[in-house]
This record gives sequence, structure tokens and C-alpha cells, in this order.
Amino acid sequence: MSRGESATPLAKVRGLGSAHHGGHHWLEERFTSISLILLSLWLLFSLIMLPALDRGTVSEWLGSAWGAVPMALFIIAAFKHGLDGLKVVVDDYVHEDGTRIGIHFILSMAAIAGGAISLFALAKIAFGAN
Amino acid sequence: MSTIPNRPLSPHLTIWKWGPHMTVSILHRITGTGLTVVGLAVLAWWLAALAAGDEAYALFSAVAQHWAGMIILVGLTWAFWQHLFSGLRHLVLDTGAGYELRVNRFWSVMTLVFSLFATAFTWWILMGVGR
Repeated sequence: MSRGESATPLAKVRGLGSAHHGGHHWLEERFTSISLILLSLWLLFSLIMLPALDRGTVSEWLGSAWGAVPMALFIIAAFKHGLDGLKVVVDDYVHEDGTRIGIHFILSMAAIAGGAISLFALAKIAFGAN
Repeated sequence: MSTIPNRPLSPHLTIWKWGPHMTVSILHRITGTGLTVVGLAVLAWWLAALAAGDEAYALFSAVAQHWAGMIILVGLTWAFWQHLFSGLRHLVLDTGAGYELRVNRFWSVMTLVFSLFATAFTWWILMGVGR
């Protein structure tokens, strides 16, 4: 890991951290966190402002662009941020590389599956399949 | 990342007192994990039920309005606010600010106060005050 005195600051941090991926993962987690401040508050306030939470009212809201587009962004950001966060927790407490990478794989598959299910359901609501 | 062999270890590592910053730090992980595992599962179920039809949505609504479902939803609401306020604190700490002992302690306690207040306020509105 030692690169000597001539290494650039970037080269010195590449591959560091318990995940050995340097600062990229950390920065992405911050980007999604800032997006989620806006998107999660939007979701909460939208739910509070809806006149009712029955299927018809909620579907009509999610059928409009003002409901569907931020909800799609929320789904993507939330699953990405949740996956990034869980990976950090695993990195800190699971030290054996094979197990660690195996858990990362399972978590990634679960997050992608959950995100895909949510986005498909949203598309079905928005484009009025029934 | 070269390590010096036989380097003396600081004796203070075992001398410490539990503080609010430690509580908030571990709560950030617990609430984040809870929001991801439970919260995103509820989100996916809610959207899938909306898409699937009246019967599926009626089942979701029944579970959500059951006392056990309510406990989970109130817990998720608190986890959301705690993670949000704690996350905002972390974004400030990431800039290198707020590490002075008293400032750090103050904002740690404030995340706990704000999240409890915000959770109570959210459900006060949701329980029909605004409806």
C-alpha cells in the first residue's frame, strides 16, 4: 500500500478505508443523503397534504407527473443510499473478505430487486394499467 | 499506511465515559438500518399494493391501521426524523466544524429532542387534526 513521498494526495487515499474503495463510496453516500433530505420531506409532506390515503386518491396523485417523477427519484435515491449505508455497517463489523463480499452481493441484489419492484409498481400506477 | 511495530498504545483508550454523541452515533446506524430494511420493505409493499388492486391495498391498509402496524409506522417515523437530524449533524461534522466538546454535546442532544418532537408533531397531524 505504501506509495512513497511522491504520491499525489489522491493516490494516497485510493483503496483506503475498510471497504478498500477510498473516498468514492463515502462521497456518493453524501450526494444521495442531500437528495434524500429534499425527496423524503417532499414525500412526507405530500402524504400529510393528501385529502385521504385511499387507493383512488393516492393513485391519482402518483399518476400525475408531480407525484410520479419525485417518487421515482425518491425510490432510486433511497435504495442507493440504504444499500451504501448497509455496506458501510457490514464493512465495519465483518472482517473476513469472502464473507464481507458475499454479504455485499446479497445486499446489492436485494436493493436492486426492491428498487425494481417499487419502480415497476410506480410505473403501473402512473400509466394506469387498471 | 506503514505501521510501526511495537508502538506504545495510548492508555486512555480504555478510559472513557458514555456520552450523548455515542448514543446518537449508534442510533444513526440503527435507524439507518431500520429505515432500509423495514422502511423500504414497507415502501415497496405499499407501491405494489397500490398497483395490484383494491384487495391488495385493503390488506395493506388493514395491517397499517392495526396496532402492531401502527407501532412499526410510528417507529419508522421516529427513525426517519432521528436519521435526518443526525444526518444533518454529520454533514456539518464532515466539513470539520462542530467538534468542540460543548457544541458536539449540544447538537447530539438536540437531534434526540428534535426527532421526538417531530415524530409527535407528524402523528398529531396524521391522526386527524388536519383532516
